[in-house]
Amino acid sequence: MITRSVRIFSRFERFWHWSQMALIATLAFTGFAIHGLHRLVHFDAAVYLHTGAALGLVVLWLFAIFWHLTTGTWRHYLPTSKGLWRIARYYAWGNLRGEPHPYRKAWRRKHNPLQALAYLVLKLFLFPLIWVTGIAYLTYDLWAGAGAGNGTLTLVAVLHTAAAFAIVLFVMLHVYLLTVGGHFLGHVAPMVTGFEEVELTPAEAAYLEESEGGAIRSEGG
Amino acid sequence: MHFRLNPRTVPTESRGPSTADHSRFEELQGPFASGPEVTRACLSCHNEAGHQVMKTLHWTWEYTNPETGQKLGKKTLVNNFCTNARGNEGMCAQCHAGYGWKDESFDFGNADNIDCLVCHDRTGTYYRMPNSRGNDACAIMFDDKGPIDWPAVAQSVGLPGRENCGSCHFYGGGGDGVKHGDLDSSLVHADRSLDVHMDDEGADFACTVCHVSTEHQLAGSRYQMHARDTGGTGRPGLRRGVATCESCHGDAPHPMDSLQGMKLNGHVDRVACQTCHIPAIARGGVATLVDWDWRTAGRLRNGEGYKEHDYIQGNGEERATYKSIKGDFTYTENRAPDYAWFDGQMRYTTIDTHFDPADQPIPINSFSGAPDDPAARIWPFKRVDTFQPYDKGNNTLVYMHLWGDDKDAYWGNYDFGRAIAAGMRSNGKPYSGEYGFIETESWWPITHMVAPAEDALGCGECHAREGRLASLTGFYMPGRGDTPTLDRIGLLALALAALGMAGHVLLRLLVARRRRGS
Ligand code: HEM
Repeated sequence: MITRSVRIFSRFERFWHWSQMALIATLAFTGFAIHGLHRLVHFDAAVYLHTGAALGLVVLWLFAIFWHLTTGTWRHYLPTSKGLWRIARYYAWGNLRGEPHPYRKAWRRKHNPLQALAYLVLKLFLFPLIWVTGIAYLTYDLWAGAGAGNGTLTLVAVLHTAAAFAIVLFVMLHVYLLTVGGHFLGHVAPMVTGFEEVELTPAEAAYLEESEGGAIRSEGG
Repeated sequence: MHFRLNPRTVPTESRGPSTADHSRFEELQGPFASGPEVTRACLSCHNEAGHQVMKTLHWTWEYTNPETGQKLGKKTLVNNFCTNARGNEGMCAQCHAGYGWKDESFDFGNADNIDCLVCHDRTGTYYRMPNSRGNDACAIMFDDKGPIDWPAVAQSVGLPGRENCGSCHFYGGGGDGVKHGDLDSSLVHADRSLDVHMDDEGADFACTVCHVSTEHQLAGSRYQMHARDTGGTGRPGLRRGVATCESCHGDAPHPMDSLQGMKLNGHVDRVACQTCHIPAIARGGVATLVDWDWRTAGRLRNGEGYKEHDYIQGNGEERATYKSIKGDFTYTENRAPDYAWFDGQMRYTTIDTHFDPADQPIPINSFSGAPDDPAARIWPFKRVDTFQPYDKGNNTLVYMHLWGDDKDAYWGNYDFGRAIAAGMRSNGKPYSGEYGFIETESWWPITHMVAPAEDALGCGECHAREGRLASLTGFYMPGRGDTPTLDRIGLLALALAALGMAGHVLLRLLVARRRRGS
């Protein structure tokens, strides 16, 4: 095994991650203003921002789904139970005792098993939930006849808001875990530059050097 | 001070040139000794007008609601201002479109009795006086006006301006702006911020631009309203015979070229135009009454009735806050209306309704409407709360004999018992002989004083905790905190997570220090 600095997040992934983060932050901020939990922004401004950001997010997701499917990177999210327990134990306890993080990013597998599972829950359950309820909410006037549909609207709003709470919870935990086991910035930097130290088999290293120009930095990088 | 005599006013603009110059008609040269003589001259050419007018509410003061079957109209109803026109026509029928109705003997079949001029005079000098004499206590209320120049007013006639309709409709309830809250003398010469449609410098609408008429029947009714009009503008070039906003603006009135327009149009099915576009009532400097207390009426000083003027309204005029003949008044100006789901169907507590005094306040008029009723929308209202006399034995409202030059009239004897007994007797209604006071409320739909678009309510006025619609429950609306349980659980989860993280951080710091120490 050799350790090399490898471009682990492509330009699109980095763009996707950060713009998604900005959009979700905007959506959460404006969404909870709409919900009446804070008054830091006017209701009407919140509605327009929320709707704009939501449409932006939908477009971004359509792109991302297309990209994941065509590039095959969707495989990173496949759940695996291998090592799941070790990771969970590490976050809960091991890191307190100064143990090293048990997961080594691999080029083919950039998420640790717990991360992959969390992202999967997020993407398979929470995002679709907020997406579907959000679009139902947005198109309320099209499907609800006058005097009817307020009961359904209540359900839509409750599910949408519940999903929003869950997503905010997820983001909190996600950001916090970045501070666990190593340096916060050390975790964030790869999502900015794209590069991270990764253990490679000699075959992988050779492949990367040969065919993916610029995806690997020269020795010791 | 006067009861309802209107100040002389500059008439509003005429609505375009007429095809006839009435000043050149021989019939109108006079001399005329009285109103009916002018009417005869009018009807000698307008030979259908008399029959038309005699069918209208302005003449009959009677209305049978086809939906509820209730017999309504000023002839019958009891309200919670001066309570009843019935039996007091000598005073109240000053606002009847006819001459001389002072008691049962009035001839509703005689077209000469129609008052054409109150609606069609365009000089602004025509006026009306009570049809009969009141007690001395009231005589001082009438300014000495000069005689009417009959030929001049007869030759001036044209389509009604705002001051014509307003000479009665702005003074309902016993004074300027008292009754409605969205109708008062400030509308005779309105500016843009008071009413976009009636703005003198702008559209300068006469009332009849919206209240369209055929054969003297005017569109628009408080008894039976179009709370939700889905008819839109109607066929091209054909004005629908209704006074709704939708009949001009359509049912998707906001431009659909922006998210804002789409969102606003999404509200049209559930929220009346008036709710957002009339942000406050009584905005023109004239106050409106919200609270009337008859219980304090009848106090005398040196054996005589008196008045207190403790309210100065926006235009600088003072208003009576107490009158011996009526009791205590509370006014308001520039105030947010009340809001309620309204299906357009008014039901009245009439003189024949028996109620349970335990249900106070007794609604003078009530209505239904609910979030799941397609015919209903959220409407603005002015509410009037009153303590007024009622028949304590029969639990009904009462007719009071207020006006008259006799010993039974309350406005003279200050004796409720006698005035009620006389009012009930002369109208053939049973009276137990014992009266008390009961709290009532009346609801006045708000539809005038439409503000310019830029002054319409912002979303956050209603979509907020404790917003304008806080009292309307039973439906979901974002921004009001309608999901308290979910919010509690959600916020708790976030708080627990934050707490857990803080604990974890603490643990990490402790462990790290211990390791460094060892
Ligand atoms: C596809 C993505 C989304 C769409 C289409 C969407 C759409 C909407 C719409 C239409 C509303 C109602 C606003 C209105 O009354 O006009 C709403 C409310 C809300 N949204 Fe979203 N949204 C999306 C994503 C999110 C996300 C990611 C969050 C938070 C993390 C979020 C949080 C909220 C909250 C809290 C409300 C208030 C619900 C209420 O009080 O009824 N939304 N959303």
